[in-house]
Amino acid sequence: MSGEALPLAERPAGPVAPHRRTRRRGVRRGWAAVVVAAAGLALIPVAAVTAGAVTPTPAIWRQLWSTVLPDMLGSTLALMLCVAAGTLVLGAGLAWLVTAYRFPGSRAFGWLLVLPLAMPGYILGFVFLALFDFPGPVQTGLRAVFGPDVWFPEVRSVPGAAVVLSLTLFPYVYLLTRAALAEQAPATYEAARTLGVGHARAGLRVVLPLARPSLAAGLALVLMETLTDFATVSYFNVQTVSVGVYQVWKGQFDREAATELAGVVLLFALLVIAGERLLRGRARYHQAGGAGRGLPRVRLTGARAWAATGTCAGVLAIAFGLPVAQLLWWAGTELAQDRTGLLDPRYAGYLANSLTVGVTAAVACAAIGFLVAHGVRMSASRLTVVAAQLTSVGYAIPGVVVAIGVLIAFAWLDSGLEALGVPGGTGLLATGSVLGIVYAYIVRFLAPGHQSIDASFAKLSPAVTASALCLGASPVRLLGRVHLPLVRAGIGTALVLVTIDALKELPIVLLLRPFGFDTLSVWTYQLAAESRWESAALPALSIVVVALIPVLLVIGRGQRRLEAAA
Amino acid sequence: MRRSLIPAAGLSLVLLATGCGIAGADEEDTVRVYSGRHYDLEQAFRAFADQTGSSVEFLYGGDAELRERIAAEGEDTPADIYLTVDAGNLWQAAEQGLLAPLDSATLREAVPEGLRDPDGRWYGLSMRARTVVYNPDRVDPAEFTSTDTYADLADPRWQGRLCMRNSTNSYTQSLVASLIAGHGEERARQIVQGWVDNDVEIFSNDIQILENVAAGGCDVAITNHYYLARLLADDPDLPIQPFWANQDGRGVHVNISGAGVLANADDPELARQLIEWLATTGQNSFVDGNHEYPVNPAVQPEPLIAGFGEFHYEPIDAEVYGELNARAVQLMNETGYE
Repeated sequence: MSGEALPLAERPAGPVAPHRRTRRRGVRRGWAAVVVAAAGLALIPVAAVTAGAVTPTPAIWRQLWSTVLPDMLGSTLALMLCVAAGTLVLGAGLAWLVTAYRFPGSRAFGWLLVLPLAMPGYILGFVFLALFDFPGPVQTGLRAVFGPDVWFPEVRSVPGAAVVLSLTLFPYVYLLTRAALAEQAPATYEAARTLGVGHARAGLRVVLPLARPSLAAGLALVLMETLTDFATVSYFNVQTVSVGVYQVWKGQFDREAATELAGVVLLFALLVIAGERLLRGRARYHQAGGAGRGLPRVRLTGARAWAATGTCAGVLAIAFGLPVAQLLWWAGTELAQDRTGLLDPRYAGYLANSLTVGVTAAVACAAIGFLVAHGVRMSASRLTVVAAQLTSVGYAIPGVVVAIGVLIAFAWLDSGLEALGVPGGTGLLATGSVLGIVYAYIVRFLAPGHQSIDASFAKLSPAVTASALCLGASPVRLLGRVHLPLVRAGIGTALVLVTIDALKELPIVLLLRPFGFDTLSVWTYQLAAESRWESAALPALSIVVVALIPVLLVIGRGQRRLEAAA
Repeated sequence: MRRSLIPAAGLSLVLLATGCGIAGADEEDTVRVYSGRHYDLEQAFRAFADQTGSSVEFLYGGDAELRERIAAEGEDTPADIYLTVDAGNLWQAAEQGLLAPLDSATLREAVPEGLRDPDGRWYGLSMRARTVVYNPDRVDPAEFTSTDTYADLADPRWQGRLCMRNSTNSYTQSLVASLIAGHGEERARQIVQGWVDNDVEIFSNDIQILENVAAGGCDVAITNHYYLARLLADDPDLPIQPFWANQDGRGVHVNISGAGVLANADDPELARQLIEWLATTGQNSFVDGNHEYPVNPAVQPEPLIAGFGEFHYEPIDAEVYGELNARAVQLMNETGYE
């Protein structure tokens, strides 16, 4: 975010200036308060869950240090590095391919490549193990041909987990990079071309470096997802720090020690956030020439065109086609056996519940994310910049920890009100209504909301903001008439990311939902628990199908608009 | 932005209102269950409703998470019963004072002493055995010892032949905890170290383990009996056999799925009725679908697992599943058991 002051707006302008200036200062403090309030909102559950653990428990730390913690830190780091490399290559590479070139299917791949986001990592992980592990068809086939001792790389390992996580998480980088390329003003690209640089080189040397805020934001999201993942890494037998949190909490019945260990996860996340800032560097990425129409697309021909199509299709087939085919197969077997409860009449209810919490969370996160980014613009200071970063913290905390934090925070509120003489306190607010879920989702998913929008803001020159203010626009008018339309691509991305994240989300809704409020992900999990994969296939497919809606609605429409403008 | 904020705020208010509506609906004659178990529960509860006229609502979740929820909800909790798939969490809930003692002659008669809390705060309702399974093409069952089968898998003759479940899993944790209880910590450490030295392959789910045994990826494994039953129900010719561990010793290691009445239950009387029904008339509808063993000795197990033969089991010791569990985790960490 721009740390620069807005000199134009601060300059006294004629006789009315003193009055205006004081009024504006007041408004600006108001915006700083908005940013700080958003950070507070995100931090309350974290504070609630860590309150019991302010004094570290030395015994458990000594034990962890002398046994598993060094290995856990090592595999967490190794996994993060591998996933970062994988998602960067896939995400940025594919985004460049579909925005800078025309080849058979390039337009369709533009939005199709977002689809792997809808595939929960644990499903792809399961399918991968089913195919490639010892009893799977690949190794069985190899043994049949080359004998029983044929060598095969260890599937259940850090590289195995990294492949699966990269394939499910690369759309974060892809989406943000694509939005950046679409927003990019062609001026710099055209300047590079007039200086005699070719299309691909201009992309690599000028366009992609200018998209660095978006690359960094996407990577930060990917790494935080990797940090909090529990299901996928345990399939692949990778002991990350998050696995340790579960082990200490559930195996040693020590929630406080588990919370302290979650603090280590948080530390990693703060490193990621700091790294993101570092990656952006001190450079500014504001673009001259207004919001862009995107880059001119070069038409690929012959073998190169088919290679491009093949690459996109290949990634899509492995990350999305393969698991969907497996799910369809399972659903088919299940339907053939005609087990009860498959075409459940309650399905409509689950669907409605999923959409309600998903859309509410997405709109709330995008709105708060936008207000925060706008607020930092209005009142840039060390305080607001740090506060804005802190809104992302919830994304780096395992969902179940956020959920418990929300439970405890609401319990405090309840007993506090009772102590003040309100009979019954709040009653059963957190788990008796969907308020708890929505609040936990906001805490957890503010990061994708804020990061997407902030990355768009970073490319918006302060001159735009300053001119509007200078011309007498109030910050609210500026928000609605200038900033909102200019960062529309970022808001769209935020809505899609949060909706899909919320649709897939499980631990929070599982723990906080009221009686009778089941969602698609709860339903899937109920069937998938105890390894009943066949029964879970149909609801898992329905999550994927529902996740298509925001992708088509937001990405598809954005693309048409871009193409109409071009 | 303001235009989109207004409908969003409206939607949230509606949600809040309907949400509160859900909480406010406290119907008579309904018992509410927080359950770490899902399978076949609906069917069993429907049968209970048909027979007694009282309906059952249940909310599914993880054992440990639901325990946190009960603690946080306090007196406001809508739940009457806590039902888990593991004795450790029942023990822990009892320690936290979340469960009320239940004095019931019916339950004392239906549930054997080794499968319930001595103070009556929780009762086992189904039994799952964690035993040794093997591929008959690669192992002669005479290779096993019948006195101390689990410990014997630490012997070097099983080098490179073992598959087991990961240390994060509660099944593994309580098995190791029972080794500590039976042998003392030093000997238990040697046993686990022996497994590790035998290059045991670790998996995160029992079905994968069994598929590996069937494919010849490992010769011997330790899994819950009902996963084997499930695979054999689909394909009776799979080359996997169960071996009842420790039959000339302390008995095979078992865990329970069990329940207790909450200290803050709204309707403890109806809750007691439901638990009594599950331990008696409702046993078959509760356990058969998942191929588990009924706790009630008067009830027959379903034919497929009855075919596994009779066995004697090590009684559930609350201390083993609760306190020793933490030490089991530590011990596995120290020996490098993943």
